[in-house]
Amino acid sequence: MGQEASQSSAIEVRGLTKSFGDRLALKGVSLTIARGESVVIFGPNGAGKTTLVKVLATILKPTSGRVLINALEVKSSAEAIRRHIGVVTHQTFLYGNLTAYENLDFYARMFDVPRRRERVQEVAALVGMTSRLHDRVSTLSRGMQQRISIARALLHKPGIMLLDEAETGLDPQATGLLWSAMRTGENGEPRTIILTTHNLERGFALCDRLLIMGQGKILYEASRQVLDLTGLIEAYQHCTGVRI
Amino acid sequence: MSFWSKVIAITRKDALSELRTKEIISAVLVFALLVILIFNFAFGARPEAVDLVASGMLWVTFAFAGVLSLNRAFIVEKEDNCLDGLLICPMSREVIYVGKVLASLLFMLIVEAIALPVFALLFNLPVLTAQLIGITVLVTIGFVAVGTLFSALAVNTKAREMVLPILFLPIVIPLIVAAVKASELALAGKSWGELYPWLPIIISFDVIFLVVAYLIFAFIVEE
Repeated sequence: MGQEASQSSAIEVRGLTKSFGDRLALKGVSLTIARGESVVIFGPNGAGKTTLVKVLATILKPTSGRVLINALEVKSSAEAIRRHIGVVTHQTFLYGNLTAYENLDFYARMFDVPRRRERVQEVAALVGMTSRLHDRVSTLSRGMQQRISIARALLHKPGIMLLDEAETGLDPQATGLLWSAMRTGENGEPRTIILTTHNLERGFALCDRLLIMGQGKILYEASRQVLDLTGLIEAYQHCTGVRI
Repeated sequence: MSFWSKVIAITRKDALSELRTKEIISAVLVFALLVILIFNFAFGARPEAVDLVASGMLWVTFAFAGVLSLNRAFIVEKEDNCLDGLLICPMSREVIYVGKVLASLLFMLIVEAIALPVFALLFNLPVLTAQLIGITVLVTIGFVAVGTLFSALAVNTKAREMVLPILFLPIVIPLIVAAVKASELALAGKSWGELYPWLPIIISFDVIFLVVAYLIFAFIVEE
C-alpha cells in the first residue's frame, strides 16, 4: 500500500485479522474508504462487523494486518486517531446516574474540547435535546439516550463516524434527522461514515457503498449506484444464506 | 488537557455518581460497622482478649469491606458499556487506572474515617493516633492499587463477586500481615521509628503494586 493511497483515503485496511483465543473473528479483511464516503456494512450476527468497528475505533488491537486512519497507523498512533473518530453504538457509553449535561461535559473533558459549555449546548441543540439536558440519563427514553450518545460522539468534531447499529431506539424520522447531523461535518463537507446495521432498507438508503460480511470476511462489495434494494436483498441472501 | 486533569475528571465523575446513589459507601459502611459490632459482641466483655486481637479485627473488617467496595469499582463502567466509552477517549489506558484508584481510595477512606472512631468507642482503644491513621491510609492505598486492577479483570467474568476476593486476598496477604503487626505496635503507643520493619514493608508493597498494576492495566482492559 503506497503512502499516497493512504493519504487520499480516510480508512485503509489491509489483511486485517483479529482473533479471540482460538476463534478468528476477522479473517484478512481489506477495504479502502475515501474521505467523505459513506459505507454501510451488512451481515448476520457473528459476521465480524462489530469487531471490525472496534478495531477501527482502537478499542481492540489487530492481531495482524495494517489499519490506517487518516494516514495514522492504529498500532502506533491510537491516541491521535481517537481525536479523528466519533463512535456511536447500540450501547450509549452514558452514565445513567449523571445528567445528560454531566455526561457530555465529562466526555468533553476527556477529548480536550475547548469552550466546553458552549460546545455541549451546541451538540445538544443539534440532536434536539436542549430541554432535557439537565435530566438524569436513566430517566430519558432509549431514543433520547441514543440522541445524547450521538451528541457525545460529535463533541470533538470528528471527521470520521463509526456507527455500529446506532439507529437502535430511534424512530425513522429521528434517524433521518440525526443522520444529517452526523453526515455533515463542521466545515460543511460530508463526514466519512462506516455504518453497520441489520436493517437493509435503511442502510441502503443512507450509503454510497455497501459491503456484506460473513464469517469474518467481506463477501460482497458494491456501489449503491449499480444496485437496487432488490439486488441487495438477493446478494445478502446469496452471501449469508439468510432468507429475508 | 494533561494526564492529571483527565484522572481528576474520572475520579470526579465516580464521586458525583456515588454522591447520587450512595451505593458503595452506604453498603460498605453498614458492612464494616456490622463486623465491628459482631467483634464487639464476641470480645467486648474481655479486655485482655481485645488487646490481643484488636489490630486483627480492624484489618479483617477493612479487608473484607475493601473487597465489597472494589467489587463495585468497574460495575458502573459495564452499564451501557461505558468502559468502551473511556477506551475511545484520546488518552492512555493508565489514566483510567489512576482515576479509578483515586475514586476507590476516596470511598474507602470515607468508610474508614467513620468506622475507626466507632471502633475506638466500642473497644476503648487509642485508635485515633497519627501512627494508626497513617498506617490505615498507606494500607488502603495498597488495597486499592491491587483491588482496582483485579476489579477490572473480574468485571468481565460471570462470577465477579467470587473472582475478585479469590484473586485479591492471596495477593494482599503480606500487606494485611504487615498492617496487623504495625497496627499492634501503634495501638501499644509505639513511635514511628518503632514501627520498623512493618511500615517499610507496607510502603514497599504500595510502590511495587502501584507500579506493576499501572503497567499491566492496559493489557487487562484491552482484551
